[in-house]
Amino acid sequence: MHTYELDEQKVFNSGHNACPGCGEALAVRYVLNTMGPNTIGVIPPSCIAIISGPQPYSSMRIPVYQTTLEASAASAAGISRALKRQGKHDVNVLALAGDGGTYDIGFQALSGAAERNEDMVYVCLDNEGYMNTGAQKSSSTPYLAVTSSTPGGKPSDKKDIAEIMAAHRIPYVATATVGYPDDLARKVAKARDMKGMRFIVVLTPCLDGWGVADDGAVRVSRLAVDTGFFPLYEVEDGERYTINHGPKGIPVERYLEQQKRYRHLDEDQVKEIQAGVDHRWSLLQARVESMAGQARIR
Amino acid sequence: MSATVATPRRSPPANQAPAPGDLRLLLSGNHAVSYGAMRARPEVVPIYPITPQTPIAEKISDLQLAGDFDVDLMTAESEHSAMSACITASLTGVRVFTATASQGLFLMHEMLHYASGARAPIVMVNVNRTIGSPWGFWPDQTDSLAQRDTGWIQYYTENGQESLDTVIQAFKVAEEVLLPAMVVHEAFYVSHALEPVTVPSQERVDAYLPRFDPPHKLDTEIGESWGNVVNQDMFYRHRKDLGAAMNQVLEASVRADADYKDAMGRGYGILEKYRTEDADMLIVAFGAMVGSARVAVDMLRAAGKAVGLLKIKLFRPFPVEAVRAAVAGVPRLVVMERNFSPGGGGVLHQELKAALYGMPDPPAVHGYLAGVGGVNVSPKKIVELAEKALTDEPVPDSVWQR
Repeated sequence: MHTYELDEQKVFNSGHNACPGCGEALAVRYVLNTMGPNTIGVIPPSCIAIISGPQPYSSMRIPVYQTTLEASAASAAGISRALKRQGKHDVNVLALAGDGGTYDIGFQALSGAAERNEDMVYVCLDNEGYMNTGAQKSSSTPYLAVTSSTPGGKPSDKKDIAEIMAAHRIPYVATATVGYPDDLARKVAKARDMKGMRFIVVLTPCLDGWGVADDGAVRVSRLAVDTGFFPLYEVEDGERYTINHGPKGIPVERYLEQQKRYRHLDEDQVKEIQAGVDHRWSLLQARVESMAGQARIR
Repeated sequence: MSATVATPRRSPPANQAPAPGDLRLLLSGNHAVSYGAMRARPEVVPIYPITPQTPIAEKISDLQLAGDFDVDLMTAESEHSAMSACITASLTGVRVFTATASQGLFLMHEMLHYASGARAPIVMVNVNRTIGSPWGFWPDQTDSLAQRDTGWIQYYTENGQESLDTVIQAFKVAEEVLLPAMVVHEAFYVSHALEPVTVPSQERVDAYLPRFDPPHKLDTEIGESWGNVVNQDMFYRHRKDLGAAMNQVLEASVRADADYKDAMGRGYGILEKYRTEDADMLIVAFGAMVGSARVAVDMLRAAGKAVGLLKIKLFRPFPVEAVRAAVAGVPRLVVMERNFSPGGGGVLHQELKAALYGMPDPPAVHGYLAGVGGVNVSPKKIVELAEKALTDEPVPDSVWQR
């Protein structure tokens, strides 16, 4: 049993519209309650928009602007720039988007905002598919996972959004997940207290879309890290890497077997996924080593 | 070219001394827009380059670098993002300006609806350009006319001076009724044509245009949000409110223009009647073609033909009552426009017929598609077409003319 000390400010409230046991609602709690009330939120169509609540209700004690699916980063940039012109340099701007709105349709706006180093915290709540519209595949869906638009399993790999964002050389990129709440909250606090473009991708298991038991979100989230499927790390200025939590010697099969979206896999496919996980982990370690001791050049 | 024969009546002569503090400059239509935007003092300008809008963005950049224009210029990675940022900057409570053209306006289309729905009083200049495919770079108003249902106010101007003045007026109207406004002028004929332009002094514009201080905004002290899912009844009421705001635009535009004329000495109205007395026919036009049509009317009058001109400046909301009053008693109208809606005909032709339907003793209406694709329509050509319209029987469909 793990216990956590979290310094939470009451921004996110109970009574929201997430499914019982939702991993994403848990992530929203840690993100919002760490960002604090001096924050303006931007939310595109996604499960987060449902969790945020229908007019006139809100589960969030902050102003929230709901934008279009592809526009989160641009919308957040508009707020951020207007706040500066008003002299409000201390107000946080937080974009909370899903993986479809980040990896896919929102990617152009995100890349543009990163290139301009817009002043915002952009959190991608990554449930690896269009779960709000019935679990279609996104470019975040992992290899061989079944979705409603890839019923035979997805034929291509998950896009590596953390590395793509790190390649923009923005001040801060991090991966996080709800099974490691202290790590998640620490990263949100760290991002909050920096300036410029900050990006955190949070793996948030979707009970329905992944086929996970109602009490399984946190367990599956921890297994994603502990099997090496989703390592937790940080990248500052595109080159200073810190690995926080990596594989602990648990085979990836233990992660896959918790989820109905992988139930169709045969033995060889499980091995293929394990080999992919091992390969990406070695690449990440090599990157960390090659970047170690590099002087910061901007 | 249509606009270069333009409008000696609109601008003071080049040798006339400007009012104290005003600048008298030789400017392209696009650079006139940049000066107008500067005088309106927007705080944030998210913008993306596209021909033939680019001189607007370039001049704003130069004015900013020179220290004349204190503005946050956001060089967006697309028009979609530019408009997305315009909306949120406006909702955060600052004045916002942008400019685009053609395909860029089309990429914004989704966010144009979002802007009016959010009641964000953005002012945007659109430089009319043909729409692809195939590619073309010619004057044609189809790009902005295709946005007529987006909930944006639309003004069509005929020269740089009018564009500059209308940008400033548009902020006044937009911020009063809380709707976004589009000021539209045509590629090259207006955007790149050089004319002497009066830039009113900052003091005079500040006196005319108060600081933007919206009642609702994204502010952590206020806590209001925007955009959540609404139910059917809320959506119904929201659309009715949008319509009510649009209806206010007619009176607000007339007042903003009259106040501007009092302050600056130049006014335009929401439409203009030119030599319409005892007319047997009016030419109805908007944008750059108005300048040529004005010359054509002078030629026709000199030849003893009782033909006048009706210029439509405010297109959204369409000024139905003002148009009906302007054409009352005139037996015949001829619309001349470049704007072909496949399956529908000329866009202004459609709008005009709809506006006149049910009017007692309505005029017969000819619709001529002249100059589609930016083909030059000279005053001489307009005279020729007008003479044809005086004798031809009108038909319901728009008729192609070359």
